[in-house]
Amino acid sequence: MSEVSSIGDILAVIVLEEAKSKVAGGAPIFIVWDREEQEKLALLLSRILKAMAHDLENGVFILTRH
Amino acid sequence: MERYGLTIAVGIVVGVLARICMLRSDYRHFPGYPHGYVTHISLGFIAASLGAVAVPALVEKEFTAVTFLALAAQQFREIRNMERETLTQLEENELVPRGKDLIEGIARVFESRNYLVIASSLQASFITYFFDVKLAVVSSAVLIWIFMRYLATGHVVGDIADVVPSKPYFGYAGFKTLLMIDEVVIMEVGLEEARKKILKEGLGVIIKPKDDNARATLHKVGQRQAILHTVASLVGTKREVGELEWSPIARKNIDTGEIALFIVPNEPDMEALIQAVKLTPVLESARTTPLESRPGKMAAD
Repeated sequence: MSEVSSIGDILAVIVLEEAKSKVAGGAPIFIVWDREEQEKLALLLSRILKAMAHDLENGVFILTRH
Repeated sequence: MERYGLTIAVGIVVGVLARICMLRSDYRHFPGYPHGYVTHISLGFIAASLGAVAVPALVEKEFTAVTFLALAAQQFREIRNMERETLTQLEENELVPRGKDLIEGIARVFESRNYLVIASSLQASFITYFFDVKLAVVSSAVLIWIFMRYLATGHVVGDIADVVPSKPYFGYAGFKTLLMIDEVVIMEVGLEEARKKILKEGLGVIIKPKDDNARATLHKVGQRQAILHTVASLVGTKREVGELEWSPIARKNIDTGEIALFIVPNEPDMEALIQAVKLTPVLESARTTPLESRPGKMAAD
């Protein structure tokens, strides 16, 4: 398995529409309409990227490897 | 000459027997396969031969012959390297790794068992030569028993700590996604589904060190990794490639030194989990005894 990213890197950010002003730069950002879509996207991306989804509890999810 | 034949034969037989007796195959002992047995019994045979020929060589006043015991030491360091390399290679594909400390511990055990083989064949041939075979058989049996009883076994976590059941829950200081066991934060779980599953199937235990020596031992990350590996291989884990939510984790309560262990086992059986934690070996590299020193004692009270 070739690991491109190193441990601790934020691989993706999933942010609610209303919270999108809280994020910028660095990682790919996915903007979603509601909480349900956010959860779904977080699950999908975590499995695709083999990463873990973390809820920052301010409308932002991040995906990162441990 | 005939005398030598018997001496060497008894030495070799006793040595190989000793190696076989010490070749226990359990979960953490990796040559569970026939080839592993062949390798180790063959090396045991070599060790036994070296021990057995030492006495006749000395009797013949061939003192230089003893130097090849040094060769033996070299040989057995090689065994240690071999074990270490094999296990390190396997480590790459382990979902719950053994950790460097456990690998080193296993490798060291393999090396030292060969020295025990030399010792037992040496004494067997010594007694055969200077006394007789019957006495050698008795003394070898006693020696092998002592080796197996005291030297080939070490302490286990159950000796140094109490293991009490606990339950994982979510929520700490207003953060509802933090997974907790007792007062220890284990990790942050973002997915709602994962949190539900963890609450339903996850298990937690607290490992309470019995004294400050034990606390220092459990403080070592390598020791904790060994516990996780043992537990995950005994009660199973739902950890899967890319699914980090089910990773077994052991974290320290920084104020008390207790270890909170979290796992999502295949079978949610608390008793089995506690047993598994208790029979994890205390690693030589992790074993620490601050209480033996003056500052350690002063700090303890």
